[in-house]
Order: sequence, then C-alpha cells, then structure tokens
Amino acid sequence: MKVVERKELSLWERSYAPALIGGVKVTAKHFIKTITGQTKVCQQYPEEPTIVPENYRGAPYLVKDTDDNTKCVSCQLCEFVCPPKAIKITPPGQDGQADRANAEKMPEEFDINMLRCIFCGFCQEVCPEEAIFLKDDFSLTGGSREEMIYDKEKLLSLGGTNHSPIKKWEQKQKEAKAQDVFPVEE
Amino acid sequence: MDWELIVFNAVKVIVVFAVALTGCAYAVLAERKVSALIQDRVGPNRVSFPLIGSIPIIGPFLTRLGVWQPLVDGVKAFLKEDYTPDHVRKVYYWLAPMISMFPAVLILAVIPFGSSLNFGSIGGYEFGVQKMVVADLNVGILFTFGIVSLSVYGIVLAGYAANSKYPFLGGIRSSAQMISYEIAMGMSVVPVFMMVGDLNLGEIIKFQADNGWMVLLPGGGQHIADFGLWACMLVSFGIFTIAAFAETNRLPFDLPEAETELVSGFNTEYSSMRFAIFFMGEYIAMIAGCAMIVVLFCGGWTLPFPGFDTRAQDLWTGLIQILAFGVKTTFFLGVMIWVRWMLPRFRYDQLMDLGWRRILPIALANIVITALLIFWKHAA
Repeated sequence: MKVVERKELSLWERSYAPALIGGVKVTAKHFIKTITGQTKVCQQYPEEPTIVPENYRGAPYLVKDTDDNTKCVSCQLCEFVCPPKAIKITPPGQDGQADRANAEKMPEEFDINMLRCIFCGFCQEVCPEEAIFLKDDFSLTGGSREEMIYDKEKLLSLGGTNHSPIKKWEQKQKEAKAQDVFPVEE
Repeated sequence: MDWELIVFNAVKVIVVFAVALTGCAYAVLAERKVSALIQDRVGPNRVSFPLIGSIPIIGPFLTRLGVWQPLVDGVKAFLKEDYTPDHVRKVYYWLAPMISMFPAVLILAVIPFGSSLNFGSIGGYEFGVQKMVVADLNVGILFTFGIVSLSVYGIVLAGYAANSKYPFLGGIRSSAQMISYEIAMGMSVVPVFMMVGDLNLGEIIKFQADNGWMVLLPGGGQHIADFGLWACMLVSFGIFTIAAFAETNRLPFDLPEAETELVSGFNTEYSSMRFAIFFMGEYIAMIAGCAMIVVLFCGGWTLPFPGFDTRAQDLWTGLIQILAFGVKTTFFLGVMIWVRWMLPRFRYDQLMDLGWRRILPIALANIVITALLIFWKHAA
C-alpha cells in the first residue's frame, strides 16, 4: 500500500499567487490562439448541420410498412405509457376499419405534442406493432403552439417507410394468404 | 438656485445614466466575447443591422463582432413573458430588482468622470465652466460606502421574496459576504484619505494630479518614506480591488449566484425584464466599482502629461480627460471580466476565511503603517 503524502501548502502557494499566474497563462494562451484563428472553433450550427449517428433517438414518428400501410393499430399503449402525456390517439370506434389485412383498426387521429414530448422512447419500446420510432430529428421548431402538435399525416410522412429486417407479421400474413387459396396444396 | 444649474445637472444625470446603461450593455457583450475566446468558442456573431449590415467589409465585420447583439438582447428582455410564480411574496418580489439596481446607479452620482468642460457662451447664454461630476459631495466616499451597503438588501430581499430554497441560500450567502468584504473595503481606503486629507473624490484626484497616482509612487520619492507609502498604497489597491469583486458578486466571489450549486441563486425565480434589471444592476455596479478604483488609485481623469494633469481650461482638454477616464475604467472592466473566466469560485468557508482572517488584518496593519510613515515623513 502506498501512502500518498499530502504536503502542506507553502506560504507562497497559500497566497493564491501561483493560481493567479497559472490562470492568466492558461486563459491568455487560449484567448490568443482563438483570436488568431489557430484554434479550430466549434461547429457553426445552422449552417453546418449536425449529422447524428445511426440509431439516434430524436423525435418519435409513425412509420409505414413496405406495402405502404399504416402499421399502428390504435392499441393506445403508447398513449398510456407516455410520461409527459404528449400522445393523444383517437380510436376509430366500433366501425373502424384498417387499411391493411391482419389489422382490426387504425387510429382515426394520432397527435403528438412535440412541445411536451421528451424523446424518452417509451412509445417505441412499448409498441407491439413496431409502428412508432424515434427518428433522427432533434430540432423541431414552429411558429405557434398549435403548429407543434403533429397529426397523423405529418407523423407518417416524416416517419417514412420502415425497412427493418424484423417483420413481425410477415409469417402470419403468408399463412393467411395461403389459406385464401383453397384447397390447400400439400 | 438658477435654472442653468438645474438644466446642466439634468443633462449630466441623463448623460451619465445613458452612458452607464450603454456601457453595461456592451460590458455584457464583452463578457460574452471574452469568455467565448477564452473557451475556444466564437461568441455572439449573428445579429446584423439592416442598412449597416449590407456595407461590404465593415457590415459583416461588425456582425461577427456582435456589435448589435445588445440591441436585440434588450428587445428580447422586454418582449419575454414576465412570469411571477405563485409561491413568491409579491410585494418584495417586485421591490427586489429595483432595490438592487438603484444603489449601483446612485454611486455614479459622486464619481468625477472628468475635470471640467468649458462651454463658454453658446447662443448668447453664458454657460461657463462645468464640473464633470453630478454631485460634488464633500463626503463623496462616505456616501459611496453608505450606498454600497444598501445593495445587499436587493439581493437578500430577492432571496426572501422568492420563497424557495436556492434563492434563499443565495440571499443568505450574499448578506454574509457583502458585510464581511465591505469592512475590508472601507479599511483599505483609509490610508488613501490619510495621504490626501480629504474625503472629496475630486480632491483625491487633485492630490494624485499634483503628487502622482497612488499606484505610481505618490510623493515622487524625495523622502525614503515615499517608497513605504507607495507599498502601502499598492496593498490598499489590491485589497480594494478584491473587495470590489466581492461587492459586485463577481467570480471568484459570486456565491450568491453560484449557478453550479444554487441554480441561479437569488435571481432563480425571476424572468424577463425583472431579471434584466438584476443583470443591469450587477454590471452598473461593476462599472461604478471600476470607476472608484480609477478615482482612488489611478488618478481619475488625469493623464501624466503636462497640460492634461490639471483641471481643463478648454473644451478639448476636458473631453480628452473624460476619454482618459473612460479608457482607464474600461481597462479595469476588462480585468474584471477576464478574471471571471480565470478563477474558480471560492468555497463559502474559504471566502469568509480570506475576508476576515487575511484581508482585514492586512488592511488594519496597512492603516497603522501608513500612519507611522506619514508621521515619519512630516517629522523629518
């Protein structure tokens, strides 16, 4: 075991003078280097856009599957789990119809209030249909509070198509399609 | 009292106030730019002024310099939502920003920012020579200390009015800090008055004009005691500068604000223009503090050249002396800004230790030594 000796500060050190001199040296060095352009200064943000890494978790958007169908089935789990209560889903009611096979319904309306959203990703985590994803947008701006409530069309257009290799319903869909052809060929 | 006096005083008040407010806006800009350069950043470089911005080289240069930033900041401060939290004590909450800005502005009244301007006669009216100080008080420095001690109330009241823990802690810290450093500050200037023999700030400048600045060997070194007195003045100057940092809540003594510990200290619950008033108060106090340093130790408006070291007889000399005062004050403002980005904040107990157990004894010893040296010099 090594005991690190803590030396008593000398009178010179206790006078704060070395700290002052050191401080002047460091700050002057940085000041001069920056003002003469020797230091590469930080990114000029709006002109130089930030490129976020893959799998960046920004704003949540709805995605479509590769057949251009809405994946959301209006189960409202994301609405339920959302900590800041940013998501508001209007279900289609009893007569609701989905625009794709293998789904009973789709949301009538799907609003995310981006002023409330905290990009926590619970909605993505909880979604059984993999219909909502945190995309790489992080700087959302608008002229009014209303403008910051994104509706279903906007979310779908921003979300785009999901090309994930995991296709939860693909197998089921194949089986269902196979059953449409009768008799089943062995 | 005749009308000329009233008019001239009103003009002086307005000009001093306007210059102080503009100076405070640009001190904020300087602070941001200096901090940016020290921290390898760019600082404000966006705001462009409609017509001037389109002049080829100068326009973009001024924009990069951030010259228009204070204008936009001011407009923004006025337009922002002035939010009053539910839990505050309303009356004190309204009162605190005013009380914190008002002493800082009052100090400006006694500072001689120039010798005198000889206007002569304009349009048939005889304006004559005007002293460049708003209030030429015989007890100038006493007045200053009296007012400076009021500035703590604004901060304590803000801390109390906010009715939440961080502002409250900020207020408490501020009261302890201000009181302990005020004593040191008061003690540090006593040797200066012993040298000069007058409390009037104008007289202090006159003494320095005749005998040399307090930081540049006052007395001229004809007697050995002069060198000792010079050393005493340098000590006074150091202590006064340190205390001025503490009095204006600047780093390394910004314990009342202490962003890293207390969110934003006493002004946590304030927004919009009310916060801006606190901010202006701090910066005007900085300007006033630097002006006091210049008046007491660096010769005020005097310049060490023949012709400029006495009261100005004509208009141009007067203007140049005002400019000299401005340059000196700006230099100390620059030092104050620079130090903020150089030193870390003191811990609370270190602050108290430094104030009571180091600076105060040194200041007291300084008084005694100065007295002995003056006695020696005059006995010989």
